[in-house]
Amino acid sequence: MAQMTMIQAINHALDLELARDDKVLVFGEDVGKNGGVFRATEGLQAKYGEQRVFDTPLAESGIAGLAVGLAIQGFRPVPEIQFFGFVFEAFDEIASQAARMRYRSGGRYHCPITFRAPFGGGVKTPELHADSLEGLLLQTPGIKVVIPSTPYDAKGLLITSIRDNDPVFFLEHMKLYRSFRQEVPEDAYTIPLGVANVVREGKDITVIAYGAMVHTALRAADEWAKTSGLQAEVIDLRTISPLDIETIVKSIKKTHRAVVVQEAQRSAGAAAEIIAQINEHAIYHLEGPVLRITPPDTVYPFAMAEDDWIPSPQRVIRGLEKAMNL
Amino acid sequence: MSTALGSKPVPYLQVLDTEGNVVNPDRMPDLRDEQLRELMRRMVFTRIWDQRAIRLARQGRLGFYAPVSGQEASMIGSEFATAREDFILPGYRDIPQAVWHGMPMYQAFLYSKGHQHGGQIPEGVNVLMPQIIIGAQYVQCAGVALAFKLKGEKRVAVTYTGDGGTSQGDFYEGINFAGAFHVPAVFIVQNNQFAISVPVRLQTAAETLAQKAVAAGIPGIQVDGNDVLAVYAATKEAVDRARSGGGPSLIECLTFRFGPHSMSGDDPTRYRTKELEHEWEQKDPLVRFRLFLQRKGLWTEEDENAVIEEAKNAVNEALKQAEATPRMTVTSLIDSMFEQLPADLLRQREEFAAEEGN
Repeated sequence: MAQMTMIQAINHALDLELARDDKVLVFGEDVGKNGGVFRATEGLQAKYGEQRVFDTPLAESGIAGLAVGLAIQGFRPVPEIQFFGFVFEAFDEIASQAARMRYRSGGRYHCPITFRAPFGGGVKTPELHADSLEGLLLQTPGIKVVIPSTPYDAKGLLITSIRDNDPVFFLEHMKLYRSFRQEVPEDAYTIPLGVANVVREGKDITVIAYGAMVHTALRAADEWAKTSGLQAEVIDLRTISPLDIETIVKSIKKTHRAVVVQEAQRSAGAAAEIIAQINEHAIYHLEGPVLRITPPDTVYPFAMAEDDWIPSPQRVIRGLEKAMNL
Repeated sequence: MSTALGSKPVPYLQVLDTEGNVVNPDRMPDLRDEQLRELMRRMVFTRIWDQRAIRLARQGRLGFYAPVSGQEASMIGSEFATAREDFILPGYRDIPQAVWHGMPMYQAFLYSKGHQHGGQIPEGVNVLMPQIIIGAQYVQCAGVALAFKLKGEKRVAVTYTGDGGTSQGDFYEGINFAGAFHVPAVFIVQNNQFAISVPVRLQTAAETLAQKAVAAGIPGIQVDGNDVLAVYAATKEAVDRARSGGGPSLIECLTFRFGPHSMSGDDPTRYRTKELEHEWEQKDPLVRFRLFLQRKGLWTEEDENAVIEEAKNAVNEALKQAEATPRMTVTSLIDSMFEQLPADLLRQREEFAAEEGN
């Protein structure tokens, strides 16, 4: 066991998979000699060579198309999109090509690709670096979407993603890269995709979150417990597609109330799908409507307005109180 | 459009003139008599297949279909220069290359009709399903070629687009990535001078499309795309160079489609003049190659009629096989989404299985 930041855990997972399977290739803009703009791929090219870990020209569609071509010839590509806000450049290759390859070919070809991209607010990035665009992928059949919130989860989920024989989008929240350390096993281990984690037990309301909002929800739940005496149960989804509705329903059967907290705008992200599935599977257990605690439906804020725009623990507490009184 | 020699910023290649005379004996490809006859057989076969497919599409027995008559030399001459282990990434019009590379014709018909089995290319046939997103095949081609290079395989990735497709970002990214990685890829542009109704002069101010190779730092050549020997010679050179580690190339084939853009309601008389169509009918790739072969005593009317008969029978057989293919079910479509279905999709599968009575 070692104390690792999330970025170290990600680096560790890539290292282990590069060592385990010589079909694993890591590539993108500045991931080679430079070790990545966040050091996620630090030391990997030196260890595995330029055939396994390499830089590409600055073109996201080219990167994603390269991954598709390599994948259908037997490689296991792990391309990086430098910031998730640049995903639009590559969206055809991700959504129209990689995600559809197995289906279009009736199983003749498949794309075991893990796209990695940093995203998320709170670190005052310039425009189109921090946007939460995961909802776009959620609406794309054929691709799984993973968003870890801890170093431990990041390593296990990334190893599982790389070993998955279908495309996975692995989203790394920038604010979580170095914000804390956690005990992470040195050896390889996996965490199944599509399985959520109850990170705080509670009996009064269920808080469903992912990414950085897991930590915001935990802080809110702890403060709220002190002031109200009520206990929120916090679920870290870890994978937003496929969604672990069983864990959510189990919690709601206990708490009878729920809110969803996300960093994406009200009509973006995963919240609407989560609530739709709760309505399908747990409506008779609910004592009130499921609320969304989110930023408003504006373009991602200018850096100086980030702290007011992204849900804070106080906004989550207000949402919890509102949900309790409906 | 000028095809004058000399003024172009890239080489231009023609071997046969429109009367079937060899005008460039130095570039005459090294093909045996049987190979020359096989080229002609495939071109005649493809012309007949195209005529039948157009009729079948009108009758509703085929679905989406993009006519190919006029482009036989570009399509067949280039594919003929590849080896079976080379990998072809076709565009939606490039069904003949896929079929001559081993894709069964009945599966091409199923692709046209919109049946999943159309994309289940048999193992050992090195072809991808036809690409609808114009340009996507170019970036993927760079990836396939990089795979061959990394594995140390002496294989080449070959892809096709049209004149309009050269305006896409993926066109440029594809040739540029291939150049930067120095991978074994051959990029072919079939310039039939119209992207649906838009003439090539509205795509770019560039004098040739082949010169776009300069932006990627790779060799580019413009060929007479209605001259099967020129297309073969240029592609063979590019394929050989790629196979021996010489990197990618771009080939522009100047050609013309006699028919509409597709069978989905396009009417070329809205945007092409009778004069232009007549001009290109004089450049029919079959006419000049037939004259060339006849002069060498390699092609007779009996040969031609035998191929026509063969093609008609093959189309009929393929159509029968396509029509006998079982219908798809929604559950089978769900099953083909992932190696292992996620829980939510499994639940949806149960719903549709109940609907299907399973």
